Amino acid sequence: MKAPRFTRKTLCIPYAVFLIFFVIIPMCVILFYAFTDKEMHFSFSNFLRFFSDPTKLSTIVYSIVISLITTVICLLIAYPVALILARSKLKKKFVILMLFVLPMWINFVLRINAIREFFNLLSQAEALSWLENANIFKTVVGMVYDFLPFMILPLYTTMLKIDDSLYEASADLGANAVTTFFRITLPLSVPGIMSGVTMVFLPSMTNYVVSDMLGNAKVTIIGKFIYEYFGSDWHMGSMVALVLLIIVFVSTILSGGFKSEENVRGTNL
Amino acid sequence: MAEHIIELKGVTKYFGEDLIIDNMSFFVNKGEFITFLGPSGCGKTTTLRMIAGFDLPSSGQILLHGEDISSLPPNKRPINTVFQRYALFPHLNVYENIAFGLKCKRVINTYRNAKGEEYTKRERLTKKEIAAKVKKALEIVDLEGFEKRSISTLSGGQQQRVAIARAIVNEPEILLLDEPLGALDLKMRKEMQIELKKMHDRLGITFIYVTHDQEEALTMSDTIVVMSDGVVQQIGTPTKIYNEPANTFVADFIGESNIFTGTVVGKHRVRFCGKTFECVDDFEQNELVDVVVRPEDVKMCAPSEGTLKGEVISVVFKGIHYEITVQVGKYEVVIQSTESRQVGETIGLSVAPDGIHLMKPKYTTNVFDGVITKHNTVRFGDGEWECDVTQLYPESHLDEEEYLITKEGEKIDLTDTEVRVEVGLNDITISDEADVGGVMGHIISIIYKGDHYRLIVRTEENEEDYVFATEDLWNEEDYVSVIIPKDKILLSLKPKAKEDEA
Repeated sequence: MKAPRFTRKTLCIPYAVFLIFFVIIPMCVILFYAFTDKEMHFSFSNFLRFFSDPTKLSTIVYSIVISLITTVICLLIAYPVALILARSKLKKKFVILMLFVLPMWINFVLRINAIREFFNLLSQAEALSWLENANIFKTVVGMVYDFLPFMILPLYTTMLKIDDSLYEASADLGANAVTTFFRITLPLSVPGIMSGVTMVFLPSMTNYVVSDMLGNAKVTIIGKFIYEYFGSDWHMGSMVALVLLIIVFVSTILSGGFKSEENVRGTNL
Repeated sequence: MAEHIIELKGVTKYFGEDLIIDNMSFFVNKGEFITFLGPSGCGKTTTLRMIAGFDLPSSGQILLHGEDISSLPPNKRPINTVFQRYALFPHLNVYENIAFGLKCKRVINTYRNAKGEEYTKRERLTKKEIAAKVKKALEIVDLEGFEKRSISTLSGGQQQRVAIARAIVNEPEILLLDEPLGALDLKMRKEMQIELKKMHDRLGITFIYVTHDQEEALTMSDTIVVMSDGVVQQIGTPTKIYNEPANTFVADFIGESNIFTGTVVGKHRVRFCGKTFECVDDFEQNELVDVVVRPEDVKMCAPSEGTLKGEVISVVFKGIHYEITVQVGKYEVVIQSTESRQVGETIGLSVAPDGIHLMKPKYTTNVFDGVITKHNTVRFGDGEWECDVTQLYPESHLDEEEYLITKEGEKIDLTDTEVRVEVGLNDITISDEADVGGVMGHIISIIYKGDHYRLIVRTEENEEDYVFATEDLWNEEDYVSVIIPKDKILLSLKPKAKEDEA
């Protein structure tokens, strides 16, 4: 009898099973629901309903705007931090980096609850009472708080890779600090910016826990939408999910995420 | 007299606690090709970086045309660098890399307005001017037509050329080259050496070149600065450095040498390897000297005709010559000759007077500052040693409580007495075993002297050096214990301590 051969391919089986049951089949189910009506007949009705409903379209635009604001603020905060840390010769810079990344390891719901209580406390003060109804402001603050480490890390790792001699060469050739930044540092850190942006922009479109808890449930983003539809209308919910998927796909292509093989997405310490 | 374009005055550089450059002073003439040569870690790259402006001297001055530029940032200096690993900008193509410096440049142009008055404007170079300069630079380095190529598609040699073009396109007054050929293969390196030399002749720019390759330095330079341990050992033309090395370090580092210890026995007469030779250098009679003889200066002859006679113990073919090692008594003599000899053959050797170079030995003995501890041991050179303290006072002895009793019967507590400690070159031995001696250190230098090696062991704590002779072969960087027998530690009171006693 032939002994069962244990090859490297065998090791792929668990993941293949996972892939089939948790990625491929659910995708098919979403596709199926998105293009069927309540009687399970093939139909474009969900598609037409979605794109003829101004509230749904405005929610998408609204989500994109909130994500954009979050992303830009994250980038503005993270870039100098990453640059200073990457270029400093401090032996203890690992500790400083840890301080920025540490919140990532504390339970997400706990963190958001904490920041909500913090805002509640602040809004007790008369001068800050406007905070109580500043729902968008609070949502964005929560998102930035939540996603900042995902911006810092890829930026930091990209900047670490820039050889010191390039800065020296730039100065040697007569460039001052500003010129060196715009002509050397910035272009060479673009891959880090790209992966930081995708890691912040996309999740913040769907993270409705933050908008629910900090926006008094008055800020509705696309993720919240999907959640609500799956309570009543699976067909519409699937269609919204599909639209979101397409948005993600298109924006990833635009940011060149599928191009480079050595991208730093998902880098860790 | 040529103009001094760069001058270093007492430049000292510390990195943290480490002394990298120790009070260095020299000058560079305008238009010359000068090379900093030395083993790795000798401070040559740091010196270059201070001239470029990447590192600032801890003290001392760097003068450009007589003006102090020590604290001027690199972008304000009319100096460009070719980096060791090229440091080309990976996101820019060849053209953009070379044009980088030109785009940063501002030139002062003079115009005449309608009324005929002259006025000046600080302006960028035009696109056309930049393109013309880049084209010319690419021609100089032989890379015409490479403008659009990306850096990653270039070979090492091509990247090297782009790096040179990027520096010379700015028409600097001084071009610094930091081991630029280190990453190239031998054939490529030889070609680039010749090309760089030609480029230097054509451009008329002052070249400051850093290398650890002595052959490269001898081939290319007008002047060589030999460095070791952050100190200039010798400055001179390649011929001078090779033919008249200032000390055994230079002789050993530049080319092959036979180094012996000799004694001057008369006017222009020196004795080494058990024989007396005629020489050119003049030293005091009976002075101990280091004798350097280049292998190509040793001539082979019939056994009866030579000053020395010995047996051939190895013959190695080196392409253009044979390297023949001859055992003369207990000395080994290396010869380079186009003629071969058989191993085992007995031959005679002679050296012409101008082939014998005498130099003052750097080390004749080890001298330390020491302090007597309360246990009648002495602390010096990062270690604590057993010694005989009674030698400090004639005819003294120790009593039962270990106090020193002088000839006159006076009782002296020697604790904390400062003493001068002397240890002869032949009185130190070393061992692989840890902690069998008074202190441990790394071997930092080995020089073969015909029948023995001269070693220097340096301790870690205060970098104290122990110099001594041994017949055993050790390796550089070995971590060893230094052993000095009790009776070989010669103590004497320091003048100040003596005064206190009086």
